[in-house]
Amino acid sequence: MQHTPFDLQLLNACAAILLLLSFAMLAQRRIVALVNLLALQGAMLFIATMLLAWRTGQNHLYVSAALTLGLKVIALPWLLHVLIKRLNVQWDSEPLLNVPGTMLIGLVTVVFSFGLAQPIAELASTATRNSLGIAVAVILLAFITMITRRKAMSQVVGFLSMENGLFFGAMSATYGMPMIVEFGVALDVLVAMLVLGVFFFQIREQFDSLDLHNLESLKEDQ
Amino acid sequence: MEFAVLLLTPLLGALLLAVWGARPRAAEINIALSFGTFLAAVAVTVRVINEGNLTAAHEQFFLDPFNVFLVTLTAFVGLTTSIFSRPYMRIEMEHGRLSHGRLRLYHSMYQLFMTMMLVALTTNNMGLLWVALEAATLSTVLLVTLYRTPASLEAGWKYFILCGVGIAQALFGTILLYFAAEKVLGAEGVSALLWTHLAAVKGELEPTVLGLAFAFLLVGYGTKVGLAPLHNWLPDAHAEGPTPVSAVLSGLLLNVAIYAVVRCKILVEGALQSTLPSKILMIFGLLSVVLSALFLWRQRDIKRLFAYSSIEHMGIIAFAFGMGGAVANFAALLHMTVHSLTKSAIFFTVGHAAQKAGSQRIEDIRGLLSLNPTIGWGLMLGSLAILGFPPFGVFASEFLILTTAMKQEPWATPILLLALGVAFAAIFSRVQSMVLGHSTGKRLPHQPALLPVFAHLALVLLLGLYIPPYLADWYRAAASMIVGN
Repeated sequence: MQHTPFDLQLLNACAAILLLLSFAMLAQRRIVALVNLLALQGAMLFIATMLLAWRTGQNHLYVSAALTLGLKVIALPWLLHVLIKRLNVQWDSEPLLNVPGTMLIGLVTVVFSFGLAQPIAELASTATRNSLGIAVAVILLAFITMITRRKAMSQVVGFLSMENGLFFGAMSATYGMPMIVEFGVALDVLVAMLVLGVFFFQIREQFDSLDLHNLESLKEDQ
Repeated sequence: MEFAVLLLTPLLGALLLAVWGARPRAAEINIALSFGTFLAAVAVTVRVINEGNLTAAHEQFFLDPFNVFLVTLTAFVGLTTSIFSRPYMRIEMEHGRLSHGRLRLYHSMYQLFMTMMLVALTTNNMGLLWVALEAATLSTVLLVTLYRTPASLEAGWKYFILCGVGIAQALFGTILLYFAAEKVLGAEGVSALLWTHLAAVKGELEPTVLGLAFAFLLVGYGTKVGLAPLHNWLPDAHAEGPTPVSAVLSGLLLNVAIYAVVRCKILVEGALQSTLPSKILMIFGLLSVVLSALFLWRQRDIKRLFAYSSIEHMGIIAFAFGMGGAVANFAALLHMTVHSLTKSAIFFTVGHAAQKAGSQRIEDIRGLLSLNPTIGWGLMLGSLAILGFPPFGVFASEFLILTTAMKQEPWATPILLLALGVAFAAIFSRVQSMVLGHSTGKRLPHQPALLPVFAHLALVLLLGLYIPPYLADWYRAAASMIVGN
């Protein structure tokens, strides 16, 4: 068997931790911890991007890494922590599915993702193509996190985790998107979070809670 | 030059209106800015007609027959909606539903929304297209929740999260597209996401990757179009926001989203060398038409009623683009135009009708014809137009779509006809009860601006009776471009 270079092993380790963090998010019910896991996921993404930038010598990846560090490790978690403190949401209510059940679905999802990513990974010429399956798994796990939660805040964390998966996917398949697109996407995410901040206060003002049960009155036949 | 004016006028306008705030004449500034954008759009259009396709800013932006006609349409409806919204928003203020701060938010976001739609339409970069569409959503989320009622917050949340998740799928699709393009065009140049470059090499793009990419892109942008079963956010967002926002969401944003789908379809079909993407688009379109026709019967809210009608028409357009061929594409483009004009005109009248009755419930709105004949007739004529009554333009485009369907996809014609019939009965019976009968409404404190309504309806009538030759040429050029030969 061919010996894998050390930096590539490190990259693969980052990818594996990314996936583990997704599982941890699936099980975590404390919202503060959920945000910390998200920040940790951002940090893994940052390390992976730096390693890849160093390995391939592509300068735009350094910019991308800086963007990840600034936005996903520092700005967004900080914003979410401020919101959590101001809105005083600590725990998510009981999820729609119990933790073992969600984990089982998560496992099936990972197998499915690797199957889905297989044909693309074979075509890819990047060193990181094996991580593509992990990227798809992170996206789908984040999706499951979103649909099994009831608190608006947890859904948003799931949404951002999905975003992390997308970035990781772009990186492992093509060494990142063109710079102008990455800037645009980052800007959109930042604006989305600001809009959400405003939005949360509006919901709170109206319902005294961020529980999404309150948001189920618009039915089709109303 | 004209092009820079086109994009910068609304962008700087958004900043100006954010600073200007609640000082008097904000609504007039909004109209003036929209008028400036419209003039720039006309100038750009004239240039494209005279000189052919344009590119700008290192090919990041481009104009061809397909998008330039949507640019003009967008700028035009943007202008008329701003004219309509001036008295409408003043009445809302007097009814105590809005504060000065929220009016500032409305004006500023309105211009930002226009900017983002124009960027989405004119950009050559598939990544920027994604960014602009997402930004257009974000700029309208806070407009949907402008009244801060529980229902509007729920609608806004649904809009945000469903479109957010949907559009995340589209981003993954874009990544896959880039992945395939990079192999052919190379990653060093920035050209790997430029649509014109992609279209030039579409035959060489890896089919497996593009097939997968199309699935994600269709789900992502299809959520924005409101194609069933991804349409859940649409009726809520249209019904709970202020009426000018409903008018531009329905008349313009849906068009922009379907534009994105068609752009992707052209690339994928070229790569796959099969009609599978078209077939999928047709099925989604047909499903939307049938489902929305059934849901129309259950609506008690007038704005939800017409929101479902928008889903139906988007379904028809998607179906027509799916059939492909020069005639079907021509009809789809015509239908995009007439739907956009008619639906926004209907929302204008519906907005004032609801203000008069003090409620959006259909059973509370009565006797519009005797109460205010202009609003009553506007709603009546608009509804007849959208239902495909001859001689309005919707009849012409639906007729073309149906006859093409008989030739190309005979199995779909009865389904389509039946759904159109069901939708007709549902909308007609409800509109009839609203315009006839004893009036219950009150006088409005300001004179409503109904000029836009009749300007739109006159244009739709004109398009039904006679399409000017240069306009027809233009549609034909766009239609043949979409066919891809």
